[in-house]
Amino acid sequence: MNREALFNTAVLALLVAVPTWALWADEPFTITLATRAVIFALAAVGLNIALGLGGLVSLGHAVYFGIGGYAMGILAHHAQSYTPLMEWPFLFEGTKSMPVIWLAAVLASALAALLIGLLSLRTAGVYFIMITLAFGQMAYFFTISWPAYGGEDGLSIYVRNGFPGLNTLVPIQFYGICLALLCVVLWLNWRLAKSPFGLALGAARQVPQRVETVGLDPMRLKLVALVISGAITGLAGALFADLNRFVSPTMFSWQMSGEIMIFIILGGVGRLFGPVAGAALYVLLEHLLGGINEHWQIFLGAALLFVVLFGRGGLVGLVAGREQAHD
Amino acid sequence: MSALLIAEQVLNGLQFGVMLFLMAAGLTLIFGVMGLINLAHGSLYMIGAFAAAAVAGATGSFLLALLAALVAAALAGALVELAIIRRLYNKDHLDQVLATFALILIFSEGTRWLFGSFPLYLDTPDWLSGPVRLPGGVLYPAYRLALIVFGFAVAAGLWLLITRTRLGIKIRAGENDREMIAALGVDITRLYTLVFALGAGLAGLAGALVGAIQSVQVGMGEPVLILAFVVIVIGGIGSIGGALVAALLVGLTDTLGGIFLPEAFKLFMDPAKATTVGSAFASMAIYILMAAVLVWRPTGLFGARG
Repeated sequence: MNREALFNTAVLALLVAVPTWALWADEPFTITLATRAVIFALAAVGLNIALGLGGLVSLGHAVYFGIGGYAMGILAHHAQSYTPLMEWPFLFEGTKSMPVIWLAAVLASALAALLIGLLSLRTAGVYFIMITLAFGQMAYFFTISWPAYGGEDGLSIYVRNGFPGLNTLVPIQFYGICLALLCVVLWLNWRLAKSPFGLALGAARQVPQRVETVGLDPMRLKLVALVISGAITGLAGALFADLNRFVSPTMFSWQMSGEIMIFIILGGVGRLFGPVAGAALYVLLEHLLGGINEHWQIFLGAALLFVVLFGRGGLVGLVAGREQAHD
Repeated sequence: MSALLIAEQVLNGLQFGVMLFLMAAGLTLIFGVMGLINLAHGSLYMIGAFAAAAVAGATGSFLLALLAALVAAALAGALVELAIIRRLYNKDHLDQVLATFALILIFSEGTRWLFGSFPLYLDTPDWLSGPVRLPGGVLYPAYRLALIVFGFAVAAGLWLLITRTRLGIKIRAGENDREMIAALGVDITRLYTLVFALGAGLAGLAGALVGAIQSVQVGMGEPVLILAFVVIVIGGIGSIGGALVAALLVGLTDTLGGIFLPEAFKLFMDPAKATTVGSAFASMAIYILMAAVLVWRPTGLFGARG
């Protein structure tokens, strides 16, 4: 077992051990914090597929996070007010069932990623960063000024949505659902990175000309990566909305996009467990520093600067060395 | 809708546009010469506004406040460039985005620490308060009119600086080939600090000027920053002329979209619904404009490189 695999095992063990301890010690708030970390990790694993594998610096992943959140908010809102979502051309009712909501969140965010990708992949470099940012802002301002689903105030959902056979209102059970989804997505990510598609995508990031010469279309590879990436971040958004039982336009804000990116940088770009370690570290820092000083973001900023300037590989790079780091 | 109202809104759009230009000019210069994406440019705008509000509160002089904004922002820019930014020139865009995002967190929280969370107010000077009557009978606030004139004056000054002075020649040369001008004996590190401070000063000035019509508060820089990015991306990154054209385009689109889109939707919708749909689209109008420009010309209207 190399050091990175050891590190990954340790992170996974902590994700199981800490909430188990919290359950035993009767600390439900710790479980909520851990749930937050796991959901952020899921969102960042999504972005890491575009950013780490595909080299696509998307500063607009809050779009997918928010779409996932609103997929949950809108479906549950219609279910709790007993009004159909639409009656024509077919009756479409709201739902309080998590699997259905996840499906809707994944489909809606994948579709958004497809449309945004088709337009934004025409550009590259800084222009790509800025056009993804612009799409994020577009969604943000649209939800603020669209009154049907709460506008600026957002939507409150009174009872957390249900999952067959589980009581999602018990924190540890909801945590279990989130962790299980994270594990599934990490496994998918691992398979994806080793698959012919993943290898071709990595090549398209490094030398697009050569990929083109062997008859592959780098643009299409990147588009598929962006769609998968957006779908996963959308799923995380639906879970995040369920954690808070609330959705609002802040899920679409560009600070949200920045935060999802920060998780990856703190953890290590292109590393399988980088986003997970980064999100956990972020939530931990937010909690600890926030308890010491209300101006904790200064220290977060300083820590981030330090990582960018001196520790390129993030947390994983620090522990496992740089040999596999993203170039 | 009367012609007077439209004329007034066009002036509002121009005023918004020239203020965006002051922000965008610095951003686009910094990107063009050093290849740096500076998300912290909005923080320099905020520093300018806070410096102006503090000095205006202490001395009561608006001109001194403007001078303070310029100096404080340029100084902060030069310091940040020396301490941090210059380590980022050779890093990739992802690192630049993150490091400057971290600077935003530090600047915003630092300002909140110093000045508290409550907004400060900066008054427009007495000699520019009240409306002026323009030819055609439009009554328009003198201060906003002064902003338009001042903005165009700065644009002209910047154009002279870039095209007619020795510093401008170095800046243009730096955009084209930085190794070559370093080889010709130009102190490139000093040039970089100077360009960064110049951009910072312009942002600080914009912050102070706009601070007098809005409130001065932490986080005021970020919405303007994003609009300034939209401007430089539409104009083509690195092009000052492009930034001016795009800034006016964005300013006018945003202001006029806010009135005309609801009216346009009323033509085929019931009025109440048209207002909500129209204002929803109006708030997205500039981003739609930007996406459309980039799809049409992936490097912006006047951009040469990606």
